[in-house]
Amino acid sequence: MRKITEKIRSGHRLVSDGAWGTFMQQMGLGPGECPELWNLKKPDAVLEIAKSYIEAGSDMIETNSFGGSRFKLANYGLQERVKEINRAAAELSRKAAGDSKHVLGSIGPTGKILMMEEVTRDELYEAFKEQAVALFEGGSDAIVIETMSDIDEAEIAVKAASENTGAEIICTMTFERTIEGEYRSMMGVSPTDMVARIPDAGADIIGANCGNGIEGMINITREIRESDKNIPVLIHANAGMPVYKDGQTFFPETPDQMASFVEELVLSGANIIGGCCGTTPLHIRRIAEVISRL
Amino acid sequence: MEQLLEQIAICVEFGKINKLAPYPPDMKGQDGADELTGKALDQGISADDVLQKALIKGMEKVGIKFRENKIFVPQVLMSAKAMHTAMEHLKPSFQSGTIRRKGIFVIGTVAGDLHDIGKNLVSMMIEGNGWQVIDLGTDVKPEKFIEMAKANPGCKVGLSALLTTTMGNMEKTVKELKEQIPGIIVLIGGAPVNDNFREKIGADFYSPDPQGAVEYLNKLVA
Repeated sequence: MRKITEKIRSGHRLVSDGAWGTFMQQMGLGPGECPELWNLKKPDAVLEIAKSYIEAGSDMIETNSFGGSRFKLANYGLQERVKEINRAAAELSRKAAGDSKHVLGSIGPTGKILMMEEVTRDELYEAFKEQAVALFEGGSDAIVIETMSDIDEAEIAVKAASENTGAEIICTMTFERTIEGEYRSMMGVSPTDMVARIPDAGADIIGANCGNGIEGMINITREIRESDKNIPVLIHANAGMPVYKDGQTFFPETPDQMASFVEELVLSGANIIGGCCGTTPLHIRRIAEVISRL
Repeated sequence: MEQLLEQIAICVEFGKINKLAPYPPDMKGQDGADELTGKALDQGISADDVLQKALIKGMEKVGIKFRENKIFVPQVLMSAKAMHTAMEHLKPSFQSGTIRRKGIFVIGTVAGDLHDIGKNLVSMMIEGNGWQVIDLGTDVKPEKFIEMAKANPGCKVGLSALLTTTMGNMEKTVKELKEQIPGIIVLIGGAPVNDNFREKIGADFYSPDPQGAVEYLNKLVA
């Protein structure tokens, strides 16, 4: 199978998958339950999610391992099962992807703040290495470090994954719009700051995920492109901001609404487009349809 | 005296903890909130003046700048550290009752939700504004909030949630608190939450930023 970056360099636009967390909630994941434990306890459900995105037209599928670092798993007393949980996550997604689609091993933030000395750089590196290696061994051909807000943590994760696996490395951060209309992560990092440091740390693909919806991703992509014309860009957008109704939250952007921004997002420089919170296989199907026509 | 208090306020505003702290770079080698607060008390400046004219003033600037997106989480955290360091010097005065806090604020992240960064920011800002804060941590069940609120009559309660799935638990917590303790004031916050949601679940106040909560609480005791 050709690498993702090779496909992009030869002019392809690719489709990524949609939400995992919100999908699992619909399948019965309760508040306070460890999502990653489903890889061991409910592998069929995890496989079903992965398959549903592949069937919807996704060229790549993530793994159910966003909170699979030892720091996150420690919240559930599972910190010694990092290897087992992440390997299983990758194996399940590989099963759905077969040999022709990519598996992106998902790594989220640890929730520990470096500058508050809640964790050391070495501890972060070791934790990301442990997770990335397990995801790679389980069959991920790429690692996606995502929803990052601290550039130092993102950089350490990228280094740990690129120095210890043979996977392609993707890193996406979460930016929100400021009052002045700029985009910054919770920790104050701009897309420009990301471009200045993350590719040098070893990321092959950069981008943005989560946030307030797909429309804002257009400006974020433009800002990335102002600093770097060539690096492949991946965008995983939410289906808007969550709305609460009758004891349930839902994400309001429909597949058609999201799809209506895809062309402009591609024109602004995005190479891979998928979804984040609230997106479903239907959203991915519509996004794939638009991309195939462009 | 005024100058010294002003200097402490600047240390809090810019997150200068002590002389050794490398942050912020342009204040390297200078005395920080730690040394200056000690000095102020040694010179006979009252603990209450340090609190009111230096710490609260400094944290208020932080709150406003954060709301206006002029600074971000790291700067707030450093300021909060500087504020806490100064607060340590004031501890005896709080314990002896020489200075009084504005009230008690009980805060926690609701059941099922383990996220704490937002909750911590709010907690720090409210503490830095002269309130006593009781932080119950994350994944806090309604019963725990009720227990603490009952143990601290007149306290205000703050609920945080980051996950959309735990918004339901926020609603449950508000309902149970209001049922058990009629008239209790409940504030809510968190990324997926907004004022519309607040209205639906019957909470008293929502703010998209910590400073809004500080201002609301202050109005209640003004």
